Amino acid sequence: MMSKNQQLSILAVFACAVPWLALSIGGNYWVRVFDFALLYAFLALGLNIVVGFAGLLDLGYVAFYAVGAYCAGLLASPHLPHAFELIRGVFPTGLHTNYLFIVPIAGLLAACFGVLLGAPTLKLRGDYLAIVTLGFGEIIRIFLNNLDRPINLTNGPKGINGIDPMSVSGKSLGKAWHFVGMDIPSVVLYYYVFLLLVCLVILICARLQHSRIGRAWIAIREDEIAAKAMGINTRNLKLLAFAIGASFGGVAGALFASFQGFISPESFSLSESVVILAMVVLGGMGHIPGVIIGSLILAIFPEFLRATLVPVQHFLFGKILVDAEIIRQFIYGCVLILVIRFRPEGIWPKGKFA
Amino acid sequence: MTFLLDLQRVSKSFGGIRALNNASLQVSKGSITGLIGPNGAGKTSFFNVLTGLYQADEGEFLFNGQAYNPHAVDQVLKAGIARTFQNIRLFKEMSVLENVMVGRHTRTSAGLMATIFKTAAQQLEEQQIRDEALKKLDYVGIEPFAHLQAKNLSYGAQRRLEIARALATDPLLLALDEPAAGMNQTEKKELQFLLEKIRRDGVTILMIEHDVRLVMGLCDDITVLDEGRVIATGKPDNVRHDPAVIEAYLGVAQHGD
Repeated sequence: MMSKNQQLSILAVFACAVPWLALSIGGNYWVRVFDFALLYAFLALGLNIVVGFAGLLDLGYVAFYAVGAYCAGLLASPHLPHAFELIRGVFPTGLHTNYLFIVPIAGLLAACFGVLLGAPTLKLRGDYLAIVTLGFGEIIRIFLNNLDRPINLTNGPKGINGIDPMSVSGKSLGKAWHFVGMDIPSVVLYYYVFLLLVCLVILICARLQHSRIGRAWIAIREDEIAAKAMGINTRNLKLLAFAIGASFGGVAGALFASFQGFISPESFSLSESVVILAMVVLGGMGHIPGVIIGSLILAIFPEFLRATLVPVQHFLFGKILVDAEIIRQFIYGCVLILVIRFRPEGIWPKGKFA
Repeated sequence: MTFLLDLQRVSKSFGGIRALNNASLQVSKGSITGLIGPNGAGKTSFFNVLTGLYQADEGEFLFNGQAYNPHAVDQVLKAGIARTFQNIRLFKEMSVLENVMVGRHTRTSAGLMATIFKTAAQQLEEQQIRDEALKKLDYVGIEPFAHLQAKNLSYGAQRRLEIARALATDPLLLALDEPAAGMNQTEKKELQFLLEKIRRDGVTILMIEHDVRLVMGLCDDITVLDEGRVIATGKPDNVRHDPAVIEAYLGVAQHGD
């Protein structure tokens, strides 16, 4: 058996090598898949604070992702000067705010929305909370879809285009870097930024979990009345969970906006919330490594199926019998059902193979 | 005589049912006080009102010489009243140790930023929380199970854990709701020793209990509730011979003897 440090360093080397392997095997497309997997891990870790730690079933999590993404979209694209005369006068080419400011602003703004959503739902639990949060998620999406009139804030269903890529010390991540004779493509650069941020979030989550605050959250999840009787201010701690979870969603949204360069309300549908929740539940609610595994599997597995189903059918039958998209959904559904049947606590719940 | 807890004329209704009707309760400092009464007499309602879980319709509340308003449970706990529950309410998926560590919540203060940056003060506090919790587990005698999940403890040990968790909040008054329910004679005897030890160490105890022998043997004072009213209060011997009590409660038991 290896020591914990050895395991971690092997994992770190592997995580750093992944984009290069993906690049050599599948090109930019596969690196993008891993970029998105990291982004989903980020989101799932945020949702895990709300659902896994504090036990508040939130089906509208994608709303905070949207808030963060649109925050970045407005601050880093030419949309605002296009839409508003006044801003055009001051910033003719757009605000082009540095991401060092955008990311915290997106996080804070999403945290505010988290508290706004949390406050009226404090007395709700389980299914009822899920329904209200689901409604909230939809409200945000519908707002984004319709806020092109009377004032054009979000550009409606057309979305916001031309969002700046991130830059590190003045060098844009949107273009490949030349580094000691090597070309590092944009997707690989983003991979490392996302990897770094995911590590940061893991660290924050782990520290919170094993702290006074984390224990109070878990106590609320386990038995709210007993938690109150132990002197825990359940109102404040639930709001804190909503705020922190939402801020992670907001930061992920800003990263998404810069990575894609384009956002529209379509990216923030209910099914996104469901997928993120599925990642948390599939991996093992409240268990950080489980949640990461869950998000990586659910983000990569469908892409893997997408890439392999057509060649496999060609190889087996010489032609395409069933549309790949249909089989993909079918297998995806089957896997979820199998997990629910055989590992109801998730693939890697707390306390297993420890 | 100084009362640690002095509740006067407390009333509480649920719809048309008067669960508490002008009920008064005094607990002397350093005593073990029993709150007894037949099923449905309003004992647990009284507990829920005095710990702030339910809001009283009326009543005067004095704790440790000061008026307190049992409005928010966390405030009541901070003032120094900790409780256990009739049907054990542990944090089942947490470890035994973590359950008690939760009890230290109100007596500690590390905030969000201190936790994220893992400041020296936060680490020190965390260490103290752990040490205190282990001490409490040792005190009630279940330290060997510190790292088990709470739900895997035996019934008697779960009751002890609930007491340890309540003690971890540094209470002045420990309110126990049927601590001996479901225990066999040996466990009851052990519980009696534990409660006497807690009292010796300066914590006043208020307990609801059905086991007459345990109550009579353990309590300094007894208050008897029936249908939301206090029908008797005094020393165990006086209460035992009070005609109203015999009629309402003990009388039934005596027929059975």
